[in-house]
Amino acid sequence: MRETFRGTRHPMHTDREEPSLPSPRGPLSAAVRDHLRGTGPLPRPEATASVPAWGDDLQLALYQCYELHYRGFAGVDPELEWDPGLLRFRAALEERFLAALRAGTRVHDTVEDAVADLLVEPVDGTGVSHFLRDKGELWHLREYAAQRSLYHLKEADPHAWVLPRLWGRAKAGMAAVEFDEYGGGRADRVHARLFADLMTDLGLDTTYGRYLDAASAETLATVNMMSLFGLHRSLRGALVGHFAAVEITSSPGSRRLAEAMRRTGAGPAAEHFYDEHVEADAVHEQVVRHEVIGGLLEEEPHLAPDVVFGIDATGHVEDLLAARLLTEWRAGRSSLRAPLEEDAVRESAAHTS
Amino acid sequence: MPNSPSDTPRRITVQRQGPLLVEGPVEIELEDGSTVASDRFRVALCTCRRSRRFPWCDTSHRARR
Ligand code: FES
Ligand SMILES: [Fe+2]
Ligand SMILES: [Fe+2]
Repeated sequence: MRETFRGTRHPMHTDREEPSLPSPRGPLSAAVRDHLRGTGPLPRPEATASVPAWGDDLQLALYQCYELHYRGFAGVDPELEWDPGLLRFRAALEERFLAALRAGTRVHDTVEDAVADLLVEPVDGTGVSHFLRDKGELWHLREYAAQRSLYHLKEADPHAWVLPRLWGRAKAGMAAVEFDEYGGGRADRVHARLFADLMTDLGLDTTYGRYLDAASAETLATVNMMSLFGLHRSLRGALVGHFAAVEITSSPGSRRLAEAMRRTGAGPAAEHFYDEHVEADAVHEQVVRHEVIGGLLEEEPHLAPDVVFGIDATGHVEDLLAARLLTEWRAGRSSLRAPLEEDAVRESAAHTS
Repeated sequence: MPNSPSDTPRRITVQRQGPLLVEGPVEIELEDGSTVASDRFRVALCTCRRSRRFPWCDTSHRARR
């Protein structure tokens, strides 16, 4: 029997304006989609054991569950966010994912060690931003932006959930950084908005959720990890560690991506998104290290291992995504599951000039 | 007096390694007399002189390996 919790005010209400449900990538993601549409039962939680934790099916199933907490999906009852059956199923997916994260992650002994490693810039870096700076062509940059749009169009949102779980210096520092991520009170400076402007420069569709079907499992995992850490108070230490890892590594990486945008002539908004992050994240890094991590561990020193886990898990999911992107690109292949539409503006410009 | 006495002192955080952290908004006058401004809640001012976005810190002060 299907168990559904519905709000008391409306017998049935659906979001119409929101992104459409993605195409399923296997039995679990298909079952979640059917449940959200109200056309099928969820499998038993044990069914989650039969598919790979890092694979497309489990990651998309989890992504769909989490998306109900952000913007929902067109045609889906928003009250399903708190549907007990779906939450139980999500818990089984999370258990698999968290176990895989813990198993795959190399964990430093102390927060100091983990942070110190992030603060050293490799002389001969081999990451995605190095590739894009040195060899990136416009099609690589468009693919990269399409993949990353899953996060950047909700930039800072998963981290806002940690605010009620922090106190004192940690809360004040976290709120200040989030305020900056949200444009300091100016809608045209919200980082998600700056990213949409970057996408426009690259001839991409800025519609929220537009590239969900195209995104790799590894991309879904990076966003799922933030949602997992953000939605569970028990994982607040991991969320803080994760956020610190993002902020500490962002500035130098953003510089390389800004160079890639400049070299390829991607456009002023595309350059600006990364230029802004060079500068902003040089500040955010300081605040997150000293105020947020420092403040949290002053209040709750027992969370130090969780902070380390959050830092190292972030490195792990980013490494998996980098390996995926670079493997495809070095072989001259697309990294996306669905090809990007041609850029109408650039195409017509190319034909007329 | 240019500064109102009711203003609370502006906090500047100093570290041996890395930027000066100054509560924003700030206006910085450069050697050539030009000014740059930022209304960020806090700004990081480069002290290592290696930043490519001087006077703002761009993390170029970090150790390389
Ligand atoms: S102090 Fe950070 S770049 Fe100079
Ligand atoms: Fe940002
Ligand atoms: Fe940031």
